[in-house]
Amino acid sequence: MQVPAPFEYERATSVDHAIGLLERLGSSARLVAGGHSLLPMMKLRLANFEYLIDINDLHDELGYVEVRHDEIRIGALTRHRELLESDELAEAFPIFRDAEKVIADPVVRNWGTLGGSLCQADPSEDLSAVCTTVGARCVIRGRDGERVVSMTEFHRGPYETAVGDDEILTEIRFPVRGGGGSAFEKVERRAGDWAVVSAGAAVWLDADGRIADARVGLAAVGPNTTGLPEISAALTGRDPSEELYDEAGRLAAQGCRPDTDMRGSEEYKRHLAGELTKRALRRSVERARERG
Amino acid sequence: MQVSMTVNGEEVTREIEGRLLLVHFLRDVLGLTGTHWGCDTSNCGTCVVWVDEKPVKSCTMLAAMAGGHEVRTVEGLAQNGELDPVQRGFMECHGLQCGFCTPGMMMTARALLNENPDPSPDEIREAISGQICRCTGYATIVRSVRWAAAYEADRAEAPAATTTGGAP
Repeated sequence: MQVPAPFEYERATSVDHAIGLLERLGSSARLVAGGHSLLPMMKLRLANFEYLIDINDLHDELGYVEVRHDEIRIGALTRHRELLESDELAEAFPIFRDAEKVIADPVVRNWGTLGGSLCQADPSEDLSAVCTTVGARCVIRGRDGERVVSMTEFHRGPYETAVGDDEILTEIRFPVRGGGGSAFEKVERRAGDWAVVSAGAAVWLDADGRIADARVGLAAVGPNTTGLPEISAALTGRDPSEELYDEAGRLAAQGCRPDTDMRGSEEYKRHLAGELTKRALRRSVERARERG
Repeated sequence: MQVSMTVNGEEVTREIEGRLLLVHFLRDVLGLTGTHWGCDTSNCGTCVVWVDEKPVKSCTMLAAMAGGHEVRTVEGLAQNGELDPVQRGFMECHGLQCGFCTPGMMMTARALLNENPDPSPDEIREAISGQICRCTGYATIVRSVRWAAAYEADRAEAPAATTTGGAP
């Protein structure tokens, strides 16, 4: 039977209360939201904490999708299912719905959260790649207020983030621009599994149909989600074409850092990184055109 | 620590360890062994119960986290001694063989029908995609859920009619 090592359980009644508890308990405490990553790790003794602070009662405060004309804000306690079902979010950034359809399974998605996924910082985690793709910034709150960091700053290695022992991730924010389309592609060994490789793309077209900006984010091919600024540089100002997607695919295959493991060889993962980048870009451009 | 929750409509309060998982609370503390405990890694789905009417894998939730919430298990599917149409569907269409995955499958199926009374086979397969059955190949499970959907549609059309038979 797998059970976590003993710990004390506390429930936070507000974000400030959670921060207060974290300050008092330090690195011996951990926040638990959905728990679908943390509890399995605690069962395996890959993670051990003396205190778990349950923040699920903060859903009113931290569970929301706010789509504004120039920015989208999503609360850290927003559940996968809520991300999947948000029509507003899917309209502005279909990449979220694409990804959520293939993250874990419907039952897990009922409970798992955006913030938990990002804070878990698993190298294969799909929402991290989505957030990298859309240029999300993470809002981290502590006693002295908020700080906002980029995805590059947020992830510090496998299972490590910029969130301090006495801090909490409260929100992600990313800009909304006109002419955009986005998409997510994933290859997994079986339904609901972690990605062998997954790739997100977002493209913004100018009035002439040229690429004003393009971003790609990969999962499972490096210590954390992989952003590829060289693809943005190569695509900006160009007309979308199959040749251009090929070029981006080559850059993705070269630019990522996959390891051979039980999910596949390094060579296969580089192939997937390239192919999935092409498909995601192609679909993003189609969607940007459809929206006009 | 003390935890209180509603299980199948009944308020329960027990002294537990913080680390106790919901599945073990249900099975070992309350003796509700209808909920099965399988992979322990939130992959197999035999431990699915409802928390506030949403299916959750109870091997990956602390009993403490369910405190203050409404839990429903497979024991709570039948109402007033009458099997739920989903349970009847599994009987009619051979939705089980060994029965190990069945409680989780039925809880997910009931939740699906509550939200979508007429799911397509693909929608049923998607709903149970986080649950593993090693006997049926899923075909008869899908058929069982369709049976329940059709039965409930029939019953809704003719509420005064007898509820025996009437399904495809």
